[in-house]
Amino acid sequence: MAADQHNLAIFRGLLKFKSNQQKIWGVLIFLSIVTIIEVFLGIVKPQFLMTPFLRMKLLNWIFIILTIVKAYYIAWDFMHIRDEKGGLKGSIVLPLIILIPYLVFIVLLEGDYIFDVMRDGFVSWNF
Amino acid sequence: MEVATSNPAEETNVWGGGTRPLNASYGKLMMWFFIVSDALTFSGFLVSYGFSRFKNIDSWPIADEVFTHFPFLHGIDAPMYYVALMTFILIFSSVTMVLAVDAGHHMQKGKVTFYMFLTIIGGAVFVGSQAWEWKNFIKGEYGALETKGGQILQFVDQTTGKRVALADIATPIATDRETHLGSNGVWYVSETELPSVSVAEVKAGFEANENVVIRIQKLDENGHKTVLSRAESLEKINAATTVVEGANLIHNEYGNRLFADFFFFITGFHGFHVFSGVIINLIIFFNIIVGTYEKRGHYEMVEKVGLYWHFVDLVWVFVFTFFYLV
Repeated sequence: MAADQHNLAIFRGLLKFKSNQQKIWGVLIFLSIVTIIEVFLGIVKPQFLMTPFLRMKLLNWIFIILTIVKAYYIAWDFMHIRDEKGGLKGSIVLPLIILIPYLVFIVLLEGDYIFDVMRDGFVSWNF
Repeated sequence: MEVATSNPAEETNVWGGGTRPLNASYGKLMMWFFIVSDALTFSGFLVSYGFSRFKNIDSWPIADEVFTHFPFLHGIDAPMYYVALMTFILIFSSVTMVLAVDAGHHMQKGKVTFYMFLTIIGGAVFVGSQAWEWKNFIKGEYGALETKGGQILQFVDQTTGKRVALADIATPIATDRETHLGSNGVWYVSETELPSVSVAEVKAGFEANENVVIRIQKLDENGHKTVLSRAESLEKINAATTVVEGANLIHNEYGNRLFADFFFFITGFHGFHVFSGVIINLIIFFNIIVGTYEKRGHYEMVEKVGLYWHFVDLVWVFVFTFFYLV
């Protein structure tokens, strides 16, 4: 892969870099900002984000979304998926984004069910 | 690397070999195969952690109360700052790795060597940080009692709401309890050391200290641990059977037993990845120095280990979120 084949635009072309090195530093700054936001929210824990939304705190949803954003930029720019052919992109990403949410869904649903059984059952777990 | 022939007659025959539909070399594709399967392994671990957490959603330990240490700041409550620092170290070593890959594309041996060196240093610092984190986790801070049902009872000061260490309240009682050795009883039961205080000593000290109450695992509606009243605490302490100091795979003073198990297993597995990444990077580093890739004419090996290294960083981003933030 030659150097001139790098796709130097991020944020859907909103931000274009002159060279690959510049793009790397730009992505680093972006990832750092996201991490700082995460740590800041984790320490402050604003009260208005503690409201439950879809069975989880709003704050936790924000953390998970920011994590996925970070994962996207690590994979796309550091691991150069952005420069790969469509076929390779798809064969890497599709199995993961199909299998992992499916696994998360069935396993967490089961965990929630067992929580209900243990709470409402006739056996005391706290002795 | 260059095995493709550009014979026009062969190019029409797609299945005849020689074409590279994904425009990636064999080695790089195999690294991607490995990464995809390893990503599924890690998601299996993290999802099982989520399972246990959802199963015990009303009594899971609060990460901010567990990971509070920062180097050279003894006794200062600093939740999360240290892991945040570790995250930055790992992201930064990822950046030096991309820079090494980029320099490799331009065949700049000196730059590749320098950036690989920085990457290895970053990785080593990260593994060291994780070892320190483990040390604090294993050693524990306050100690706790465990009931027969495996529930953890922690002690707090009623007036300040601060945690109280077992050593601060226990009243010494002269006993002759010896360390149980495998040679003295059933061979498969032994202990390496006795806890610093006994249950009876903690109980006596607890009864003497009017100010101290018990905090149980269960969370209240605001997500804080439930603190019992003095009367409830006096009753609850009779259920205690064991003194727990620090954490291991069987007991931990932080709360649910599974919490420590998953912590050791997932961060350990990730730490093992970082460690093996550092070793692989070192091998490549020496190969660069002796000029293997200059002779080969390309630095694709750096790109391949780079993929692995970024993947390790990627996993840490998730471990960080699910262990420390959520």
